[in-house]
Amino acid sequence: MKFIFLLIGLISTFIAHAKIDIDFWTTDNGVRVYFVESHELPIVDININFDAGAARDPVGKSGLANLTNYLMLLGAGQYNENQISNLFSDIGSTLGGGIDHDHAKLNIRTLSKKDALNQTIETFKLVISEPRFDQETFEREKKSTISFLEQSMTQPDSLGTNAFKKALFGNHPYAFPEQGIVENIQKLDRKDLVSFYNEYYSAQNASIVIVGDVNKTEVKKIVAQLTQNLPKKNHPSIPAVDTISAQEVMISNPAQQAHLFYGMPSMVRLDEDFYPLYVGNYILGGGGFVSRLTGEVREKNGLVYSVYSYFMPMHQKGPFQIGLQTKKEQIDDAFKLVKEVVSDFIKNGPTEKELNDAKLNLIGGFPLRLDSNKKISEYLSMMAIYNYPIDYLETFTKNINNVTVNEVKEAFQRRMDMSKFSTVIVGKN
Amino acid sequence: MRILSTFIGIFLSFTILASTNEYKLDNGLRLIVNEDHRAPVVVSQVWYQAGSIDEVNGKTGVAHVLEHMMFKGTKTSKPGEFSEIIARSGGRENAFTGTDYTCYFQTMEKSNLELSFKMESDRMQNLVITEEEFEKEIKVVMEERRWRTEDKPEGMLNETFNALAFKAHPYSRPIVGWMNDLESMTYEDALEWYQNWYAPNNAIIVVSGDVSPQEVFQLAQKYFGSIPQKKLPHRKPQLEPSQKGTIRAELKAQGRLPMIQMGYKVPLLNKDPMKTNTEAYALEVLAGVLSGTSTSRIQKKLIQSGKALSAYANYPMLSRGDVGTFEFVVTLNQGSDPADIEQIIKQEIQSIAKEGVTQEELNRVKANVIAGDVYEKDSMFYQAMIIGQLETMGYPYEMKDGYIANIEKITSDNVKKAAQTFFSEEGLTIVHLVPESADK
Repeated sequence: MKFIFLLIGLISTFIAHAKIDIDFWTTDNGVRVYFVESHELPIVDININFDAGAARDPVGKSGLANLTNYLMLLGAGQYNENQISNLFSDIGSTLGGGIDHDHAKLNIRTLSKKDALNQTIETFKLVISEPRFDQETFEREKKSTISFLEQSMTQPDSLGTNAFKKALFGNHPYAFPEQGIVENIQKLDRKDLVSFYNEYYSAQNASIVIVGDVNKTEVKKIVAQLTQNLPKKNHPSIPAVDTISAQEVMISNPAQQAHLFYGMPSMVRLDEDFYPLYVGNYILGGGGFVSRLTGEVREKNGLVYSVYSYFMPMHQKGPFQIGLQTKKEQIDDAFKLVKEVVSDFIKNGPTEKELNDAKLNLIGGFPLRLDSNKKISEYLSMMAIYNYPIDYLETFTKNINNVTVNEVKEAFQRRMDMSKFSTVIVGKN
Repeated sequence: MRILSTFIGIFLSFTILASTNEYKLDNGLRLIVNEDHRAPVVVSQVWYQAGSIDEVNGKTGVAHVLEHMMFKGTKTSKPGEFSEIIARSGGRENAFTGTDYTCYFQTMEKSNLELSFKMESDRMQNLVITEEEFEKEIKVVMEERRWRTEDKPEGMLNETFNALAFKAHPYSRPIVGWMNDLESMTYEDALEWYQNWYAPNNAIIVVSGDVSPQEVFQLAQKYFGSIPQKKLPHRKPQLEPSQKGTIRAELKAQGRLPMIQMGYKVPLLNKDPMKTNTEAYALEVLAGVLSGTSTSRIQKKLIQSGKALSAYANYPMLSRGDVGTFEFVVTLNQGSDPADIEQIIKQEIQSIAKEGVTQEELNRVKANVIAGDVYEKDSMFYQAMIIGQLETMGYPYEMKDGYIANIEKITSDNVKKAAQTFFSEEGLTIVHLVPESADK
């Protein structure tokens, strides 16, 4: 006990150190800019995010957002895929991309010395504003994506993840895998990518995060260079998630372990219940070895290597998901235990001690979230994509600290209804 | 590792550190402190020079099982208490086991370093392994093996490859252990492992972060200084006899796509810093030329041609056991022929053996090594990890400082010579994963 008081004393002293100064502004054409200046390492990280994720896939074209984003890395302006790649790698810069349902991103990391930075920005500008979508490259990547998806549909984790999304989201765009579905991808052609790009890679949709060894004057020039050619376009919000009735899906699979997926649509970003649900989930199944689920299912009963729960807040209600893997003969026992733990948690909430321990971890561990340029740029991107208030990081620890046992209990009771949880089990005998 | 990713491979490159101090306690415990003052955070890693390489037949996996048991209480703490205390301090912690080492780590707000030392010194000497806790945890480890290996085609492929490429050498055995060895393991096996290898004179502490080296040293003395030394078991060399012909095998696994893993036995970095290491650095550059970027030779021939979905070459460069294989792992596209893929890879090596590599290729590899070295400084954990790996593998950690200069010296002729010398059919092992699909 002495020990806990000691730690509380420390917390107030180190939160101050973890503060980072975020410079935020919006350009004339509507691009939101987030900048953190840091000269300790000669590195610059730039992430540019667009509202061009898989939820924007037109009906019947699932996989379009993913292929569009990927093909943008493979040729732009006067340069083919090899030339583009070499322009970056010859100076040690790394280019990346990626999508989820709510956004698409392009990112680069470069050394900050003038020649490397200038060449990187010039080339990155082409990637953003003049992607080629070469026919031959497109055909190859289409075929490879289909192969990859067909392979993944033999693996229990992918099978379960996809079935779980389908069970939770029905016909909502969130129901489809980010990488798309084979039957839709087969029908895509190059023109689809061009029109998706023209529609969704626009200024109003864009945010830029820059972290590292540059000053504000340079950043303003970089932002102008990268975004001045982007068109202006607005889009309706992603439709709300309808609550659908609980599904039960059993999928046979020859693997040794059965995989469980269990949960329901839950939280939006900036949800009014975010803090109590987030802290509550740390106690239930998010806090690694000290969570209730790990304690019961793994530590006390040795049934699993990994059991977890998480909320994935999205533009619309994203999943609350519990998952585990265990050898097939044990799946019923493990699932029963999970239900008992969740049911008890919803009914009775956490104890004061559990809540206090959770706060100590989440508040005390706050500096760890921002201890590298890479982590800072990832946090800023999350804030940018979902339009978080600019003081989010500054108020995070205070908001965590304000959560009470009753708030957690009340939020879980109001939001989490096990009779609405869907179940997917892959590989049940 | 107890959760998330485990069995971290040997990293290909390592970094020059700004400010590193080294200390040695009277009981043989070594401490290496790397200062990084960018954030009020510290990474503390305790490395034991005990990995699967030190295991014997019938007890494979015991190094990793002990790693799990290290969280199960000491004379003065209950099972799980270690994790609870670290969590309450805001820290993140875990552990991982490799062929050459076992590492326990915490990342914490900097003022908690003392807490980390206090608890690590406790479990270095006072661990309690009960039969009851062992029987639960061994089931967890078996689930880990199922998840990581039995049900993962690439896991099975790698395990099969190692088991074939090495016969006498302990690298033939999986780090997680054979299932049957796990089934017959007892708490006494774990205890024996702990008593044999967990000692200050078999450990290295690496601290990276916003700390003062002298203060860290004082803390280390306070908490670890009184732990008695142990006489460590004698380590047998267990050298691999030289291979006399291609080893070829097939493996069936669930899926739709064939894979191949092929590898050649090659020399690694010499542990004596005075020795020239041109061959090892040339092989490192060769791996970069073959698959360092998306325009490398293997990528052009296999990925851009649509013959494969993924393909890479890997040169391990470092290991305690002084052996390793220069490997190629390829996931084939549907309709591709594994024999064709094998031939393409061999042709690329032969072409370099004949013509060398271009200046453009060399420059690109070097540019990426130099930039990569700067980028790695963005991670405190990574910086500590490199030091710990080098030291537990038997290399003086200062060898990292010569890495870039040595890569920069490599010429096309060096790479050509390496390609000529080490890639004979005699030293090749190749496993072809044949996919079996249940539903079609």
